[in-house]
Amino acid sequence: MPQRTPLYDEHVALNARLVDFGGWDMPINYGSQIEEHRYVRRAAGMFDVSHMTVVDLRGEQVADYLRKLLANNVSRLKTVGKALYSCMLNHDGGVIDDLIVYYMNDEWYRMVVNASTREKDLQWMRQQASGYAVEIIEREELAMIAVQGPEARDKVHGVLGVEAVVALQDMAVFFMREWQDMAVARTGYTGEDGYEIILPAEQAAGFWKKLVAAGVHPCGLGARDTLRLEAGMNLYGSDMDETTSPLISGLGWTIAWEPLERDFIGRQAIQAQRDAGLKQKLVGLVLEGKGVLRNHQKVIVDGLEAGEVTSGSFSPSLNHAIAFARVPADIGARCKVDIRGRQIDARVVKPPFVRNGKSCIE
Amino acid sequence: MNNVPSELRYTKSHEWVARNDDGSFTIGITDHAQHLLGDLVFVEAPDVGTDFSAGDDCAVVESVKAASDVYCPLDGEVTEANETLADTPELINNDAFGDGWIFKLQAKDAGAFDELMDADTYAEMIAED
Repeated sequence: MPQRTPLYDEHVALNARLVDFGGWDMPINYGSQIEEHRYVRRAAGMFDVSHMTVVDLRGEQVADYLRKLLANNVSRLKTVGKALYSCMLNHDGGVIDDLIVYYMNDEWYRMVVNASTREKDLQWMRQQASGYAVEIIEREELAMIAVQGPEARDKVHGVLGVEAVVALQDMAVFFMREWQDMAVARTGYTGEDGYEIILPAEQAAGFWKKLVAAGVHPCGLGARDTLRLEAGMNLYGSDMDETTSPLISGLGWTIAWEPLERDFIGRQAIQAQRDAGLKQKLVGLVLEGKGVLRNHQKVIVDGLEAGEVTSGSFSPSLNHAIAFARVPADIGARCKVDIRGRQIDARVVKPPFVRNGKSCIE
Repeated sequence: MNNVPSELRYTKSHEWVARNDDGSFTIGITDHAQHLLGDLVFVEAPDVGTDFSAGDDCAVVESVKAASDVYCPLDGEVTEANETLADTPELINNDAFGDGWIFKLQAKDAGAFDELMDADTYAEMIAED
């Protein structure tokens, strides 16, 4: 029996189409995925992301522990509430998970990791914690709602009231602030402005209903996927996993190589890969012919199979198919993709495809 | 709740077939099928003049989520394809049994139409899904 989030009854009441997503009963859409996508690009939409795993890390040595655990460096977080995106690597330099870590205070960091990787992440984190004065606390009692789009923050302020506006409105992008029982972060997975709000499970349904009444459109995981693909954001399990290094997954920018003496897990392996020269990279593709790009379709260069689509879909904002693909590092500006036996022309581009409602392609 | 017009015949793979006055047949996917697929974004209709046997995959409908084959319900030759679907595949979502038709067929054996599922049987089948 799949797990249910505190918002399950709301999804049923809204006639959501529910699917099993990593052991959770989650809404894939509430009618039209494309319409939901467009609400987020043009106004405000919201997602139940309570299936994601919130972990609090506390203790005197928590910063030292995270400097070892993560490929990005938490020493970059100098202001309370600041967030950092990072990969957690294994010893071979493969990606165990990607995550966001928030600096709450010197003895408290909060991490949000993927739902499908929850168990292995926690096991790995506990294993690596031996020898550090650090406590790893999963916060299963918390729900999480992402409100995204150009009107998202205004809508949330309207629902929370004047005190919240005073407390939140000057918060910069990629920060989190605690407000009453909530933790409100100006982060997201859509390429639009907005908030991700962590709150007690028992308050989730009431808050959700107020947002619906304020005109925030409920959106399913289907729209979440096309939004993040347009925004050039990787999906764990599709674009990277334990067998691929961040260097061939478009995530080189998340590795903090300096200071050289910081010996984070996986450093030696990815350093060796970098020194040897990278043979592959992750790029964006824009399909020029008719059809839809799909995961695992083959990329053809000079008539030969040269790579693979890692995430492909139809882009509702651009009205044609787009994808991420892992291809040879020396690929030119064009390639072909094998779509059910036909080779269709595609252009190689640098993601993102869409940011803040506008096309970034040409 | 489901929309299943009584004058049409149906297949297990969710195609509908209409018998036209000129003896040809019009084929599409059912309202139930479009609902399962979600927003359609691409349709590959069959080429006019192609011969198909019943059960052959003859067209592809792609939603945001996935690609699905459309199977030919009868033996015959394609006489017309709905060209408007190339630019407006959402016609299938909006009007699966009308403007969202996919192709027309001259059947080898028009009698095979009567062997297909009637509306009641199809309605019962999808009620069990």
